[in-house]
Amino acid sequence: MSEEMFPEPEWLSEEVKTGTTIIAVTFDGGVVLGSDSRVSAGESVVNRVMNKLSPLHDKIYCALSGSAADAQTIAEIVNYQLDVHSIEVEDDPLVCSAATLVKNISYKYKEELSAHLIVAGWDRKKGGQVYATLSGLLTRQPFAIGGSGSFYINGFVDAEYRKNMTKRECQEFVVNALTLAMGRDGSSGGVAYVVTIDKDGAEEKCVLGNELPKFFDQ
Amino acid sequence: MCGLLPRVLQLRSSFKMATALRFPANVSTFNNYNDLHPDWTQREVSTGTTIMAVEFDGGVVIGADSRTTTGAYIANRVTDKLTPIHERIFCCRSGSAADTQAIADAVTYQLGFHSIELDEAPLVQTAASLFRDMCYRYREELMAGIIVAGWDRRRGGQVYTVPVGGMMTRQPVSVGGSGSSYIYGYVDSNYRTGMSKEECLKFTAEALTLAMERDGSSGGVVRLAVISEQGVERQAILGNQLPKFSTV
Repeated sequence: MSEEMFPEPEWLSEEVKTGTTIIAVTFDGGVVLGSDSRVSAGESVVNRVMNKLSPLHDKIYCALSGSAADAQTIAEIVNYQLDVHSIEVEDDPLVCSAATLVKNISYKYKEELSAHLIVAGWDRKKGGQVYATLSGLLTRQPFAIGGSGSFYINGFVDAEYRKNMTKRECQEFVVNALTLAMGRDGSSGGVAYVVTIDKDGAEEKCVLGNELPKFFDQ
Repeated sequence: MCGLLPRVLQLRSSFKMATALRFPANVSTFNNYNDLHPDWTQREVSTGTTIMAVEFDGGVVIGADSRTTTGAYIANRVTDKLTPIHERIFCCRSGSAADTQAIADAVTYQLGFHSIELDEAPLVQTAASLFRDMCYRYREELMAGIIVAGWDRRRGGQVYTVPVGGMMTRQPVSVGGSGSSYIYGYVDSNYRTGMSKEECLKFTAEALTLAMERDGSSGGVVRLAVISEQGVERQAILGNQLPKFSTV
């Protein structure tokens, strides 16, 4: 009787996903990563301020999307593997190495995992780089978008991206793209986290909801 | 009877593909069909599409791509999805090609009759209501997303959208079809009120080009039309004349 009157909330049985928008862009001298902050379980938002930009090393970050558990686990494992690797080579790891480690896990367990990570960072050899590792492939791109919200901004990023943007322009581009995606995708929202990585290190910033730019909204 | 059911289910799933707005994050599917039965013999003909309409002061600009697909086969690469319903009222069709053609024919007849009774040009809102009535009444059987746009003397240029399911709402700018998901961000950021006719044409052509580059079910040429008090001007932008973007 009581089960019928008070049915179990749906979010107890739904998988926790970071239906998401993530984006990473290179500029001359580094990269800018951005993400929204919503974690949903079915139709419930279980965390509205989650930072999906996870550090893999001092100057290498990854952006998480897909299943929250899978993505976080991959990030933690790669963080550990990168630490060991960087001690062995006695130098900062390359972004390419970090991306390859992520790709290896994504590909080997592709049937069990459903997470898509974008790896971006700065190293001395090639400067700012962005790698996409969707379901086990590895490709270097000038910029990458991912997550459920990314479908809505494909046209926008195709039109607005230009090579050789400055750091400021990149940050604006990332915040604009995230705002537009959060406006259209029900699984993305909250605040925008932005991380800028260059030769001096990584700088994290959080843009609150009321500080986001306003677009045509009808 | 048993043999028909899987076919119906397959058709149902192909319906969804045409106007689906969300897909899984790792989209890379390969055909598992038997080579003896090509894909297009088992698929519904659909205008998986990108359509768009924008109001400006004095009229509307409408645009569409030109690809009709039957599964992976492009049945028509120069389709005209901008269908005249009355002298200054057009509709942009997306979804099942058969359904939208049938609805458009029926509404053209009804509107023509109504216009003769009234003895004056019909309102765009009337045309949109007729579409809405039909799409809502037969919502279970139909798969049609339609944008109705035109000019009338009472309210000038108007755009009404009648998506799958049969709701109707007026919007200053509207996009539809499977390719529309990719350009919501672009349209939201680039639309401004008070654009001129030329700006609207450029805006529509660029948005459609971006969608056609990303959506496999949209492509071909960009068909545009401007509807105003003076009448209808149509144009087509061919593949090599489409606007270019640096990453596309």
